[in-house]
Amino acid sequence: LSATPETPKEDGRPKWDNKFQYILSCIGFAVGLGNVWRFPYLCQIHGGGAFLIPYFIALLFEGIPLLHLELALGQCLRKGSIGAWNTISPYLGGVGVGSWMVSVLVSLYYNTVLTWVMWYFINSFQEPLPWSVCPLNENRTGFNEECYESTAVNYFWYRKTLNITPDIAESGTFQWWLILCLAACWAIVYLCTIRGIETTGKAIYVTAIFPYLVLTIFLIQGLTLPGATEGLIYLFTPNLNTLKNPRVWLDAATQIFFSLSLAFGGLIAFASYNPTKNDCEKDAVTVAIVNSMTSLYASIPVFSVLGFKATTAYWDCLDRNIVNIINEFDLPEESIMRQNYTSWIRFLNSSYPEKIAGLKLKSCDLQEFLDQSVSGTGLAFIVFTQAIILMPGSQAWAILFFIMLFSLGLSSMFGNIEGVFTPLLELQIIPKSAPKELLSGIICLISFLIALCFTLRSGSYWIDIFDRYAGSVPLLVIAFFEVIGIVYIYKIKRFSEDVEWMTGRKLSLFWQITWRFISPLLLLIVFTAFVTLQMQKPPSYTAWNPKYEGFPMKEEKVYPPWVQAICVLLAALPCVCVPLVALFHLVKQKHRSKNPSFVPPEVFSCQGDNS
Amino acid sequence: YAWDANEEYLFRAMVAFAMRRYSSKSTTQITNVLLCNVTDRVSFWFVVTDSSKNVTTVPGSEVEAAIRMNRNRINNAFLLSDKTLQFLKITSTLSPPVEPSTPVWIIVFGVVLCLIVAGIVFLIVSGIQKHKKKNKESTERENLEEKVEVTLENGIPCEALDLKAGHINGVFAADDERFTSL
Repeated sequence: LSATPETPKEDGRPKWDNKFQYILSCIGFAVGLGNVWRFPYLCQIHGGGAFLIPYFIALLFEGIPLLHLELALGQCLRKGSIGAWNTISPYLGGVGVGSWMVSVLVSLYYNTVLTWVMWYFINSFQEPLPWSVCPLNENRTGFNEECYESTAVNYFWYRKTLNITPDIAESGTFQWWLILCLAACWAIVYLCTIRGIETTGKAIYVTAIFPYLVLTIFLIQGLTLPGATEGLIYLFTPNLNTLKNPRVWLDAATQIFFSLSLAFGGLIAFASYNPTKNDCEKDAVTVAIVNSMTSLYASIPVFSVLGFKATTAYWDCLDRNIVNIINEFDLPEESIMRQNYTSWIRFLNSSYPEKIAGLKLKSCDLQEFLDQSVSGTGLAFIVFTQAIILMPGSQAWAILFFIMLFSLGLSSMFGNIEGVFTPLLELQIIPKSAPKELLSGIICLISFLIALCFTLRSGSYWIDIFDRYAGSVPLLVIAFFEVIGIVYIYKIKRFSEDVEWMTGRKLSLFWQITWRFISPLLLLIVFTAFVTLQMQKPPSYTAWNPKYEGFPMKEEKVYPPWVQAICVLLAALPCVCVPLVALFHLVKQKHRSKNPSFVPPEVFSCQGDNS
Repeated sequence: YAWDANEEYLFRAMVAFAMRRYSSKSTTQITNVLLCNVTDRVSFWFVVTDSSKNVTTVPGSEVEAAIRMNRNRINNAFLLSDKTLQFLKITSTLSPPVEPSTPVWIIVFGVVLCLIVAGIVFLIVSGIQKHKKKNKESTERENLEEKVEVTLENGIPCEALDLKAGHINGVFAADDERFTSL
């Protein structure tokens, strides 16, 4: 008889083909789009190399302990988030439900970001690239006005891709091209997660390793570009004064926390497919360090390219001024070059100040161009695409870049979907005889239908809301309850014995101290600071409004009250699960204790079964 | 290349050519085109005179129209473009970008989607096949277990034997020699 393909353990649970798959899945989940477009931005605005100090402190005292906790928990209990927390204590079941809910919300909007990446990818096969030229207006005398006032890249992003409305309240219609791409993205996610880790384990080899290859290629290319060194120097020059600003420490803590994808339940799900005798301590340290190293490694090509872009913009500025001056003074061609521009300007300013003033020359400052820092979608779809146009062989670079972004996002999606899929599988939503493919299909289909909301014209504003409110505060709350739950309800002594049994060596003092005191304290501080900062001003957003006077600057607008209510709902719903489920069980307990035949549930231990 | 008198001659020839093509009369000569105020920047004014009408200048609008019609030829004669050879007050009409009948992105999208659907169908079909094979194997195993239970009825204690765990080899289970004969 041949073994069944899943090779299940005695309890029928699927497992990883090998340890490398597991580590790679955790790394792929942690390494996502944020490593490429959020970390370099934070590095830049918070004093370059100096930012690494709070970053590594946060990694040591917050990131690694929490990661170790989650991996150890999943590995010991061998259940998804909901099942695991129910086993720890029924009162803590809400923590599992909360993280499941956050995974659902994040999966919805994260895949829409991948939709945009896919749209850009399929548009990269044209010559010239569609975001490099402005379309003509109706009578072909000039360029489209909206495009002319801003740039072709902005126009392609805001008009051709999003077709964005000037206000969040105006929803507009569905954008059919985005619906097509969304369907394709969810189909890819379904293809890869169709049988749970059996299929994602194979797909992760490609999606987790490929981005590193592309980053290396971009690194080599980026370093050869002119102006790359300026960008890198600008990025890494440490400015230790910024460390006095508490905002920097807060950003470092939140960046580590969200970058490691903690409290989603995905890591617990991944670890639950491990054999129990596995060194989770080493795994946690490995994953956390690889994640941070990837952030650093990614910032080098990003900043080389940004330096190149700033230098090119600076040269363009100079050239335009030079042409104006030469035309005005009828000087011979090539008399003024970029190198002697400043001396010429000084000479002309002293001899003919009125003429120079009349020309209205723009002041060209390289620092100013370098200072234009962007993060998030703006970095990828506006700034980077503009830089790609300037490189020779733009199509190839664009294709590589967008495939890399897609793989990064897809490997994170695997973790998100696993955080949704595993608990549902354990709760047995569908009958056991039904194939797993059905459950993953249902999840992908329902998510696709709900995510159609994001393909409306105002979709991008809603994604910002989800990112800011659903993917931030609830995670902090859930992580806090995770640590408190393990340390004080499950009791740290029991947990250290479990971890000792799993790893084969005694739990070091470092973990004891961080789990008991430092990490919960840090989480509490970060949560309070984060919420206070959010509350300080009414939540606002920047809208793209062609009719705005300051166009092409974005217009600052305040969210209408019904949108603010939705924001609060998104942030509060996962958090409120924790007390609600505890309350529910309290009531059930009171009811049950009146029943004399009630038997208290047996105390669970890691080492009890599966030996 | 350097700008010298020969280039000026070529320029005058091109303007005359443009005037001839535009007005379709072959009277304009190179001598009718006059350049003045030539600077080192290589910028100058030029006028076109009409020899048939008592040496008066051709109106600017006609010259503009003529140049606009033949802009491409003039540019190419000097290996320059609209940006590098500027005629003040003559804006260039922009050519629309070439657009294929089906946008390229739809083709790429179609390819990607076909690949994805093929992958999904393949995985689902292979999953169904594995499921069928597993069902067949489990029914086979059930049949073998029945046989084993038959041998149990011979009174041989089998609690020590862990039949449920591990794999049952059909060859052995069917073979009575597994149990020592009494």
